[in-house]
Order: sequence, then C-alpha cells, then structure tokens
Amino acid sequence: MNPYPDFRQKSPPLEGLGEANQKVIEVRDLVKKFGSFVANDHLNFDVYKGEIFGFLGANGAGKTTAMKILCGLSSPTSGKVKVAGFDIYKETEKVKRNIGYMSQKFSLYEDLTIAENIRFYSGIYGIKPAERKVKMEQLLKNLDIESARDSLIGSLPLGWKQKLAFSVAIFHDPKIVFLDEPTGGVDPITRRKFWDLIYEASDRGITVFVTTHYMDEAEYCNRVSIMNEGKIEALDTPENLKQQYGVKNMDEVFLKIARNKE
Amino acid sequence: MISIQNISKSYKDVPAVRDISFEVQKGELFGLIGPDGAGKTTLMRILMTLLIQDEGKATMNKLDVVNDYKEIRKIVGYMPGRFSLYQDLTVEENLNFFATVFKTTVAENYELIKDIYIQIEPFKNRLAGKLSGGMKQKLALSCALIHKPEILVLDEPTTGVDAVSRKEFWDMLKKLQKQGITILVSTPYMDEAVLCNRVALMQKGKVLDINTPQKLIENYTRKLYAIRSKDMHQLIQDLRAWEKTDSAFAFGQYLHVTGKDDEVEATEFENYLLKKNHLELQVFDIPPTIEDVFMDRMAEQ
Repeated sequence: MNPYPDFRQKSPPLEGLGEANQKVIEVRDLVKKFGSFVANDHLNFDVYKGEIFGFLGANGAGKTTAMKILCGLSSPTSGKVKVAGFDIYKETEKVKRNIGYMSQKFSLYEDLTIAENIRFYSGIYGIKPAERKVKMEQLLKNLDIESARDSLIGSLPLGWKQKLAFSVAIFHDPKIVFLDEPTGGVDPITRRKFWDLIYEASDRGITVFVTTHYMDEAEYCNRVSIMNEGKIEALDTPENLKQQYGVKNMDEVFLKIARNKE
Repeated sequence: MISIQNISKSYKDVPAVRDISFEVQKGELFGLIGPDGAGKTTLMRILMTLLIQDEGKATMNKLDVVNDYKEIRKIVGYMPGRFSLYQDLTVEENLNFFATVFKTTVAENYELIKDIYIQIEPFKNRLAGKLSGGMKQKLALSCALIHKPEILVLDEPTTGVDAVSRKEFWDMLKKLQKQGITILVSTPYMDEAVLCNRVALMQKGKVLDINTPQKLIENYTRKLYAIRSKDMHQLIQDLRAWEKTDSAFAFGQYLHVTGKDDEVEATEFENYLLKKNHLELQVFDIPPTIEDVFMDRMAEQ
C-alpha cells in the first residue's frame, strides 16, 4: 500500500524554464516485461527542454530498463514513448542521433588520445571535419586541457576523464543527454565541478536526464522522479517533494519512499 | 590489531600509496575515506598479503604481511571491491566452498553469519551470478565471515549501492563489530565517515588526516556559512566572482561558503548578494560536515 497520494499523472508547472514547456521526452503508459516480471509498470512522465531531470530509485527499481528504452536500445512491451520528438518504435535511429549518453562505466576509449576520441565520436555522429576542428579547440580550451590533446585517455586522472566524457557526449549538440551515475567515485570537489558542466549544458538548452546515488545531487535537479519496484512513486521539484513528505532533505524523501515499500 | 608503518607502493612510475602510517585497535571500526585513486585498494591489498609493498612494514595481529602471509590469510576476511565469488555455483555451494577452503563448516560458524545469511537463504539454490546486487553483497559478506576472521577488510562495499541498502549494510557492520571483529572498510561516500569509530581521509596516495569523525569536525575552525537564494546557479557564480569569497560549493539545497581569511561576516555576504538582486536570500552559520573538512584539506594540499 502506498500511503502517499499519486503524483504520477501530474506534471507540475516549471518555474524558471523559459522555453515554454517544450516537451523533449513524452512517456505514456510505458510497460516493459521480461517474461512475467514487470520491470516498468505504466510509467507516465514528460521532460522539458533545458530541464535537469533526476531519475532516482533503489537498485533494481527499473531505472536502467527505462533508460535503455529512452535511448532506443530496447523496445517497450507497450505504451507510447517519444524522445526528441521522434517515436521510439519507428524512428529509433533518429532518436539515437539526437541524444548523448555517458555512464561511469563506459565513456571514452582508454587507448586512444583525447583528440582521437573526439575525432572518432565526430565521425560516428557525422560532424564535418571543419566544424569538428573549431569545436574541438573550443572544448579543449573550455576544459583547460589543450596541452594534453595527444595524451592517452588511460593516462588521465578520473576527474578529467569524466569531464571530457561529458563534453564528448554533448559534442554533437544533442537535444538530450543521458547521464548514468556520472559522478561515482570522484572526489568531492571534482564532483561539484562536474555539476557546473551540467548547469552550463542546461543553460544551452540541452535537457539533462541523470541518475545518481548521491542524494545531495538530487537537490540540484529541477525535478526528480523516484522509482520503486517498476513504478514512479513520486515526481516533483525537490522543494515540493520535501514539503509533501514533511522532511528536511532528499535523502529522507528517498528513504521514506523506498523503505515504505518493503 | 593492524599496524602500518611508512608503507609506500608504486606501479611503475606512478605512486599509489605514499608513506602511510597508522594503527587500528582491536574491535575498532576504521574507515578509509577517499575518492578513486586515493590508494585505498592498494593499501588493503598489501594488508591482505595480495601485493607486496615497496617500502615500510605492516602487521596484522602482530603477523608480518610479507613473512607471515600464510598465517594472516587464516585470520582475515576480505570482501574485494569487485564481486569475486563463483557465478556458476549456487549461493549454498559458494558458502560451503569457502567454509571447506578454511577447513571449517557452515554449521560451526553459522551464528556469526545468521543475521545476514538468513536474508538470502530462500535463494540458496540460485546461481550466484543470477542474484541482485544487494543479495550478491550479502553473500560475499557471508563468505568473508564463514571462517570467523579476527579482522574483516571490506573494499568499497557500498559503491553503486542505493541509499537504503547502504544504511542496511552499515547496520550489519555495526552488529559484526559488537561481536568483537576488527573492521577496516573503505568508501568514497563522505557521509559514511560518521558511522566509523575513526577514519583516515585519503587523497592521491596520502593520508590527509586521521581522527574520530567528531574530532575532525571540531578541528575545523573556519567560519562556514550556508547560503541559499531563488536562483542557485546565479548565486554560485556571483559568489565565486566576489573577491571576498574564498570557496563556494553546492551542498544539497544550500551553498557552503567561506570568506577570505574567515573575516567576512554573514551580513557582508548578505549585503553583497542583495545588491546582486537575489530573492529569498538566506545566510546563516552552519557546522561543517566531513565533506567540508575533506574539501578544505584537499585545498590545502
């Protein structure tokens, strides 16, 4: 029994998001089953242009399954899903071209240099060499790593790798970037610098869809959804969620939702 | 119970652990707190006799990690960072295997693992590779305990684990500590430091500080403010642009901010930010967390 009201149908108005609430992700009654196991149980939510959307949940709640579907890597059992304006069933390749993806586990090729990695990803996304050159210089300058352009990725400190992986994931100016636990294991200062990059991307109009186990990072999102056993149990701004559950921080919101279910 | 004296270890030219010394008392729950690359795993592998140090000396219950490695292996339990049980054996087979290797039986030490194992016992015929993350963790801990070790060493047991499971795992560790087991545990989560008796803050192969979490916090003497306004992103930019700000970092719903030489009063921050047209502004003193302490020590380096 869920002792809390159902927010799933509600899309709260978004304060401070100027882009007239333009939807870049639309999910209606998304169901994904593996045999008799229901991994995603009627998910309903929208994500807006430029929004930083936190996608939280306990291990095994169904986050990865949903994220794979949104990235066009897996098909839903039923339901309607549009990403970047494209239908996830019929226009999978267009979806892939309009999104970026970064995870802690897979990001860049360790045995290629910084410049080689950028060239590789530019090739994949069909960025022309002239454009690539200009953007690459800009990227190296922004991250202050111009001197390391010919260093192998494997030789770089973890913090650099993660910032670079993020910059490469948005190199082709996708409408949405999916970040799967991007800050795991990094030191507290680097972790916060990484969020500076997330804010910059959001200011440029890129929607950021992010999972994390750090509950303080949930506070930095415009809105947060919390999944449990395949369902979205809560979806709102961090401020409203804290008020709704009568607690001081997102950690407690998370504990209330995940623990009450057991 | 654990004694580490001037231990150093490099991989080719890259130093992983640099001149580390500390001791862990019997029955203590001791934490190595630090990000990836701090040297936590290297140090643990040296103590586990899986890696030989370049310099220094370390003993586990007075046994030397280089000379007495066979004896040490009988008295330590180790849960490595990567799941390393046999994926193609069942839960029960894994546990029996580890018991047999240590010349004991599951029945003999069942009391010690009962609380943990009972949670995965319904799945005892399932292959270990098919378990969920939380269940794998409980099985790995059961296997590390089945020979009733005097010292338990856990390498990042809560990394990638959700907030609820992390709390449960720490509850299990506290129970084991009450049974007299000395525990050395590493974690990149700063908030877990307060659950240890003492911690070593580690960064880039060095120990930044060693103390009880309470003392670490008491020893932080800087003036720390929590600041919040309606536009947090603009707030952090305005604060960083101000010459009187020393540091400004996001901490959940607030920024934690220090002034240059700790001479900036709350009212000065307030006046500056009001001039920058910040709405719903709040500025107040806040006690530091371990993460504040860690970041301050990092900045000093």
